[in-house]
Amino acid sequence: MEAVLALAIGILVASGLWLLFRPRTFQVVLGLSLLSYAVNLFILAAGRLRTDAPPIVDGKAVDAALYVDPVPQALVLTAIVISFATTALLLVVLLAARGLTGTDHVDGEDEEP
Amino acid sequence: MSAAPAWLQHLPVLLVVLPIVASALLLAVAERRRRLKRAISLVTAVTMVAVAGLLVLSCDGQLGGGTGGPQVYRLADWPAPFGIVLVADRLSAMMVLLTDLLGVTALVYALARWDRSGPRFHALFLLLLAGINGAFLTGDIFNLFVFFEVLLAASYGLILHGSGEERTRASLHYITINIATSLLFLAGVAMIYSVTGSLNMADIAVKTPQVARGDLMLLEAGAAVLGVAFLVKSGIWPLNFWLPRTYAAAAPPVAAVFAIMTKVGVYIILRLTSLLFGEGSGAAVGFADHALVLLGFATMLFGTLGILATRQLTRVAGHYVLVSSGTLIAAIGLGGQALVAALLFYLVSSTLAVGALYLLIEPVERNADEEDLIAGIAEPVFDDEYVGAVSEEADEVGIIIPGTIAVLGGAFIFCTLLLAGLPPLSGFIAKFAIISALFDQDAISPSAWTLAGLIILSGLATLVAMTRAGIDLLWTPGEDAPARLSVIEVVPIGLLLGVCLSLMVAAGPLYRYVETTAGGLGAPRAYIEAVLGSRGGAPR
Repeated sequence: MEAVLALAIGILVASGLWLLFRPRTFQVVLGLSLLSYAVNLFILAAGRLRTDAPPIVDGKAVDAALYVDPVPQALVLTAIVISFATTALLLVVLLAARGLTGTDHVDGEDEEP
Repeated sequence: MSAAPAWLQHLPVLLVVLPIVASALLLAVAERRRRLKRAISLVTAVTMVAVAGLLVLSCDGQLGGGTGGPQVYRLADWPAPFGIVLVADRLSAMMVLLTDLLGVTALVYALARWDRSGPRFHALFLLLLAGINGAFLTGDIFNLFVFFEVLLAASYGLILHGSGEERTRASLHYITINIATSLLFLAGVAMIYSVTGSLNMADIAVKTPQVARGDLMLLEAGAAVLGVAFLVKSGIWPLNFWLPRTYAAAAPPVAAVFAIMTKVGVYIILRLTSLLFGEGSGAAVGFADHALVLLGFATMLFGTLGILATRQLTRVAGHYVLVSSGTLIAAIGLGGQALVAALLFYLVSSTLAVGALYLLIEPVERNADEEDLIAGIAEPVFDDEYVGAVSEEADEVGIIIPGTIAVLGGAFIFCTLLLAGLPPLSGFIAKFAIISALFDQDAISPSAWTLAGLIILSGLATLVAMTRAGIDLLWTPGEDAPARLSVIEVVPIGLLLGVCLSLMVAAGPLYRYVETTAGGLGAPRAYIEAVLGSRGGAPR
């Protein structure tokens, strides 16, 4: 499972970075989204990978080894919400820039007119 | 924890809660009722300065019979490594006071007309202050991420305030680079958590020496990734090309507050190097110091060249921000208690001076012709045929001051002296203290010589650029009467420069304060024990 997750994160980061360096604003937004998915998976992996282990303790005194670390899952939740909001904001700025400059190039002007 | 009275213990959380509540309130008020909005945000900002002042006094042990030292606020009273804590020690209290002071002056300045050039200025402005205060006060690295996002989200809104093509273009770059670095920030936090199993800064500091040899590299990699994120935010070369352009595009009061945003990155690097890689952190001690020094030098050089190369004052100010970040980062890398004290003094002085400069630029340039500013490179400076143009600013408020040029010129000279570090003002004291701390050693290292040289060089470059701009914009006789200047714009500039003046007059006691602060950073024991209780250090 580790290998699959590592590969998934690697592919997401690679495609995200490639898109991030593209000249069109929409590609940049997609790149940032892919990167944020990769980082979310990475945070989840930081809490060690376990299958069939619940993150919430049900009140009784129990063996901690039966449960998965809940902190990274809470962190991922926060990170998802924040990256969702910032992506939405970036999309608005993208549209404004498109409207004002008349091009979707990240620098606001095309190299070749 | 100090034995302060109960009400004093709530000061740290007030600095975060107050602006957020006021900001929410402002959203509920209709945009038409401008007076009410202004009153709410002004009262909030002034209250925050007062609270921050009390916090400084309380952390310094001059209030309520406490002994001073770090003051910990446990949110919802969860015990330390599990819940989120706000920690106010001398350093964070000082930074918060600096932020709120800059905030209130920029806010007053904005009342002249800037708050009317777009909706929801006040709400965003207070959110920005809440985010910066929170970032200075929090004792938890993930909570730090949240506060960073709060301040960044507010800054995205503020940078776009007033709209326009240049602002939109600059903000597109600004937002993209900040989202990307936020992702690096998260990755760094995740790596540190995976090694130490904690997010609390004090708890991580306790666990760093206990990290197994094989995991140390992972921890250091995490810290490095985290460090890169903060270095980008503090504008360190080679990831700072966005900064001068973005700050130049922002409205002046916004740019003035942004002057403190680079210092948030510097603060976190100072805090984490002190806690994680300071004395007593085992094998990890002194991690990345060398890299910080080199990056600082490169940034100072880049900033100096930028200051000389540009003719627009807003860009000069932007490059000065880079020089000041570079100086701070290089000084953090070199370390040593005397140097840390000097760099803290420099941080306060340079932040206030740059803030004042950003506020000053717009009224000064109001007299000059738009084309002249850009195409002035080839022109001789003393050109008698210079034609100044008056810009039409119909909607100014306040009393019209006669002798505009006298006021502006005086403030401009004051600012130049501060930024270039000439005696007798606080800029000189700060740079002198840094150089003196560098040379106050038995063997002066080559990096100390380089830093001293770069500080003097950058001061000279600033002086040259500011003099050139000053002659261009203020001395050259124009044919028309100078543009009008309202009192409400002069007061905040005067206030900031007045604070700088008092930094000079009261340099003695203030310097003792920063020395105690540096002492506290050199021995993070007190901080750790304040957060984790007396057992601090014992493994869970």
